Amino acid sequence: MNTSRSTFLMAPALAWLIGLMVVPCGLVLALAFFQRGTYGGVDYTFTLENFARVFDPLYAGIFLNSARIAGIAALIAVVIGYSAAYAIASCRRSLQPVLLFFAVLPFWSNYLIRTYAWIVLLNREGLVTQFMRWFGYTGEPPSMLYTEGAVIAGLVYNYLPFVILTCYAPLSRMNPELAEASRDLGGSAFTTFRRIILPLTLPGIAAGAVFVFVLSIGNFVTPALLGGGRFQMIGNLVYDQFLTANDWPFGAALSMALIAIMMLLLLVQAYASDRASTRTAPVREDG
Amino acid sequence: MADRSRAARQAGTTVLVLVFAFLYVPIAVLVALSFNEGGLPTVWSGFSVKWYVSLASNRDILSAALNTLIVAVASTVISTLLGTLLAIGVEIRRRRGGALEALVFAPMIIPDIVLAVALLSFFSMLDLTMGLHTIVLAHVVFNLAFVCAVVRARLKSFDWSITEASADLGASAFTTFRRVTLPVILPAVVAGALLALTLSVDEFIIAFFTAGAGRSSTTLPMQIYSMIRFGITPEINALATIVMAVSVIALAISQRLNRGMVGR
Repeated sequence: MNTSRSTFLMAPALAWLIGLMVVPCGLVLALAFFQRGTYGGVDYTFTLENFARVFDPLYAGIFLNSARIAGIAALIAVVIGYSAAYAIASCRRSLQPVLLFFAVLPFWSNYLIRTYAWIVLLNREGLVTQFMRWFGYTGEPPSMLYTEGAVIAGLVYNYLPFVILTCYAPLSRMNPELAEASRDLGGSAFTTFRRIILPLTLPGIAAGAVFVFVLSIGNFVTPALLGGGRFQMIGNLVYDQFLTANDWPFGAALSMALIAIMMLLLLVQAYASDRASTRTAPVREDG
Repeated sequence: MADRSRAARQAGTTVLVLVFAFLYVPIAVLVALSFNEGGLPTVWSGFSVKWYVSLASNRDILSAALNTLIVAVASTVISTLLGTLLAIGVEIRRRRGGALEALVFAPMIIPDIVLAVALLSFFSMLDLTMGLHTIVLAHVVFNLAFVCAVVRARLKSFDWSITEASADLGASAFTTFRRVTLPVILPAVVAGALLALTLSVDEFIIAFFTAGAGRSSTTLPMQIYSMIRFGITPEINALATIVMAVSVIALAISQRLNRGMVGR
């Protein structure tokens, strides 16, 4: 009886998700196998050309460049986020939820506004320039906006709170006696961190890194606003195919490539957390 | 992590100060400049609320705000109702299905741009006239996942035997839900609804793709995006401050109702 009642309760939401997520995503997958019509639109002739074009040097280059920018953003976000999570986890227990709340709070405010805040900071007469002038800088205002650095800063800024959250979870659950035992046995602080703490908290790092990477590589707002449209990323490419170039089948193939990258990374992440959970005896020789 | 030296503690404090400065200085500058008298958006020249006053007479912004309110309320009502039922359904199900979990949480991880172009293709293939209603249809998709997650977290500690007791005492399934289950999960339902409201108010990419042509269905984030592309103005600073304040208030209430959603 429970099963039928459960199905009845879930039916409306599942119908919504199937009708407005599964079917549309399936449609995009199907679109990727058709040709572009002569005047835009879709010509329903089967082709694999769209997928071949994804590997065209021009587009493959954009893929690699997006992956590089997303990779750098993920790396920086993990280093800063892990340090912050570690510092929070080392505070008094009563203080931790408060610190965590304020670390995550910016994440819930509008993405566009958080990105805009960086335009205000980095523009030619922005706070950073003023600050440098204050210290006696008299030259031309530095051009910081519309650079790759600005795009990376924006991505790190926007996704950092999430990384703090994913890194904090395993750090706060960790049994402090493990680290103490390592120190008692003569492990230096660095060895203890590398051999005990890091492996145990790897799932949080992996989850945070995958999250930043996936959202960065598919981003189009940050490259458009902070990169000034000069740095094409896959997100912008998909945007262009659908709204400017009117080549939906190719845009669909690019979207599917994006989904494929995401799934691959989620598998890697699942593997990382699997490996960490099987490490019941963390203090042992690696080989 | 007891037994830490003073140096380690100081290093921890330094890290926290730097990270919180990184997180909050950009926002603080934005908020401060929204009260700036001068027309230059980045140079301070005295306190004023005139940009807030000028917002109130900007018809584009007011109509965008109204559109956002309509979309957010409609998508929140639908997703709260369906998401709560979904959460209960998932929790009383005996078998655990990976496919079901994947379906429910997929909207949280699918890149926005992919869902956006998928819905655009879908709506235009159906020859549906796009507007606020299609944005609502789209927003419910990702809001469902968040409402369901919040309510399920609450149901994890729910003692189902009290619903059996209620049924044994002759209550109908609906009465049991209304008098027993709902009062227990209500804080989580309201917290989930506030979360959905915030997400819908802030969502830009999917709305941008599913709003259709024409200005009549422009939402606030779409309006902000086109203003930002045009350049920095003190008006954007004021608008941004208001939007952030609304999100923060809604989220703070949501957190209070649902302690422990973040980080525990």
